[in-house]
Amino acid sequence: MARLYEYQSKRLLREGGVRVPEGDTASSPAEAGAVAERIGAPVVLKIQVWVTGRAGLGGIRFASTPAEAEDMASKMLGMKVRSYVVDRVLVERRLEITAEYFAGLVMDDALKCPLLVFSSVGGTGVEEIARRHPDRIVRFPVDIRTGLREFEARNLVRRAGLSGGIQLQAAELLTKLYEVARWYDARSAEVNPLVLAADGNVYAADCHLVVDDYAVYRHPELGIEIAREFDRPPTELEKIAYKVEQKDYRGTFYFFQMADRVPGSGEGLYIGFHGAGGGGSMMSMDAVLNKGFQLANYCDTSGNPPASKVYRAAKVILSQPGLRGYFASGSGVASQEQYHSARGMVKAFAEENLEIPAVIRLGGNYEEEAVRILATYLRRIPGKVEGYGRDDPPEFCAGRMAKLIEEGGGAVHAVRPMADPEIAAGAYLFETLTGKLAVDHARCAACATKGCVEACGPKILKLEGGRPVLAIGKDEARKGKCTECLACEIYCKFHEKDAITIVLPIPGLKEYREKAR
Amino acid sequence: MAIFVDEKTRVVIQGITGREGVVRAQLMKDYGTNVVAGVTPGRGGQEVYGIPVYDSVEEAREKQGPVDASVIFIPAAAVKNAALEALAAGVKLLVIVPDRVPIYDVLEIARAAEESGARFVGPNTLGLLSPGKAVLGMIGGRAQRAREWFKPGAVGVSSRSGGMTSAIAYYLTKAGVGQSTIVHVGGDAVVGSSHPEVMELFEKDPETRAAAMFGEIGTTQEERVADLVEAGKFTKPLVAYIGGKAAKSGTRFSHAGAIVEGNRGSYDSKVKRLREAGVHVVDAVADIPAKIRSLLG
Repeated sequence: MARLYEYQSKRLLREGGVRVPEGDTASSPAEAGAVAERIGAPVVLKIQVWVTGRAGLGGIRFASTPAEAEDMASKMLGMKVRSYVVDRVLVERRLEITAEYFAGLVMDDALKCPLLVFSSVGGTGVEEIARRHPDRIVRFPVDIRTGLREFEARNLVRRAGLSGGIQLQAAELLTKLYEVARWYDARSAEVNPLVLAADGNVYAADCHLVVDDYAVYRHPELGIEIAREFDRPPTELEKIAYKVEQKDYRGTFYFFQMADRVPGSGEGLYIGFHGAGGGGSMMSMDAVLNKGFQLANYCDTSGNPPASKVYRAAKVILSQPGLRGYFASGSGVASQEQYHSARGMVKAFAEENLEIPAVIRLGGNYEEEAVRILATYLRRIPGKVEGYGRDDPPEFCAGRMAKLIEEGGGAVHAVRPMADPEIAAGAYLFETLTGKLAVDHARCAACATKGCVEACGPKILKLEGGRPVLAIGKDEARKGKCTECLACEIYCKFHEKDAITIVLPIPGLKEYREKAR
Repeated sequence: MAIFVDEKTRVVIQGITGREGVVRAQLMKDYGTNVVAGVTPGRGGQEVYGIPVYDSVEEAREKQGPVDASVIFIPAAAVKNAALEALAAGVKLLVIVPDRVPIYDVLEIARAAEESGARFVGPNTLGLLSPGKAVLGMIGGRAQRAREWFKPGAVGVSSRSGGMTSAIAYYLTKAGVGQSTIVHVGGDAVVGSSHPEVMELFEKDPETRAAAMFGEIGTTQEERVADLVEAGKFTKPLVAYIGGKAAKSGTRFSHAGAIVEGNRGSYDSKVKRLREAGVHVVDAVADIPAKIRSLLG
């Protein structure tokens, strides 16, 4: 889910008419001092990171003067909180708090509607208070068609025990909170604490919105870099992977790193994980972890992705040093044609000259062909590759992974530099949806079988003077008629003259690998 | 009998002329689903595998007669409109295949479905299949595989994972246990027919004598199934597997979520609640068939 920082959430609330404390962000102590100067009153400084309990971590501090604010900021900026380095603090006017409440909006999966929660106690530890005093918590299922109406909000607040002016103010805040959440497709929104200040006004003293990943496209103004669930900023490699996904609508590719840092030495038995489908991946991960391995990453290619996407996923996974094995497994009975995944891995593993063992469980449609492709074309790489199907449970496959690693003599994956593929001068060239394909026709003369034409999945190649060319317009190939199934390249590389090169760029990966090495 | 769909169910396919629509229309028709029409706005008058294409669901109903179910293969951003169109035309069952449908759109569809007394499965679903009768969506991928993998019988399957829907049904078939209907409820946080709703349908279906459920961490679906069993509203033998035991438990950010759900949603909570209710929770998916067999006697 695309989380917004407190300062972003508050900006949206302010624009939506909710009262928030006066303030601004600062990325340097001097800036913090300047904000405090502008405010001209005691301030609070808050680190902008996605963790709860910031106060206990020294992430919330008070300052009476601009000089003090500057000093505090110098202590807070650069602080390491979990895997996150603080690069921004929010400097706000310090409120004199009279009372603290809680307001939140969540999606109720049972009622299938937004659910508003209000509590007449708020602040730190609100869940615990809620457990002890269920009577202090009130809920209201919002009708998606009408939105939260003023009288509904007022009654909700009233039932929580608030009366008088504070009742009206809190109700108004709730209706505006709902409007902001709905407008920005927030799947959760919470204000904790919602405070009554000594000036008699109600403020959103803290606020967190989480925007629905699937609706981020409706809000380019939010500048969300990766619409994915992260509890930390995305890594460089995750950003590279996300760009691959954004540029190719066919199937789904999801990648995140689970280990802060995999030791390049190979200690710790880290596995590069490549799943297919959420449930099958989860089950397969459980099987791998139960064998005592650690996962360097989670990855999922599913929803009938082309071979090119699976190839890119494998290349991303293999950009992590220190791996001891590569484990791919999904549900085991996939509806998609599994030879696409097999070919994607063949191209990636062959390019990498993979030295670590790989266990690839590709059960489902055409699994026999998928397993045969792996067995045929990955015989010569140093790492042993085993392919399995629907009748081989993940537990068994995880066992094979352990066995292969044990027998493999301790091979540790080293990240290779990415070489730009060589394209022969004068090669026959056409573009595909996400790359290009080159045929060195000079080599085709010696080809006996011309098997590339037959291997082609979408049947878009034909022979012209004994050399393969497109049987369709180049424009059609570029728009997706060439499905990037990789079958022609693999056939030609392993059975004939290695005349075909399919170039599938992964922007940023070359530079990333240089750094990772 | 089966739930949701059988060979008589009259089905339209919305988005039949698209990349997925064409391929899955073939699967559905080849498998024996009673596909009466396809719908793609602006493509009225065409045919896909002999299925007539109309400009709207309403037109399909006017020309082809009653429509019981619609399977939707439309880009996520346009799903809400397509679903509301089908509901407005009186369709009582929607299968919403696409992934990445915005959650507020799903809530709007749910609201409209509730009002018109309709159900929907998905979004983000492979669909559902009643072996030997009909398939809605893309389970099995190809008709021939679907016939090999799934056999008619007495066990209902409900799963939050598409691949695992097929996997569990296939392992049951291999163990000689047939299925009444297999349902992928969809992978999203809010879905139209969640596990408890599917279990209520299995309860009413005389053909279903036992059920298998693939649960996952997150949402309250599995806990609500436990509630159903305890309340005596689901009385048939139920075997469950919960995925995500070893998944890194994410830091919980939403206090509101925690207040509403309490500890629900975690692996431990789900397993504990299901076991308390008398549901048979197994530690490996591969153990499901044997357990089901022993319960069917």
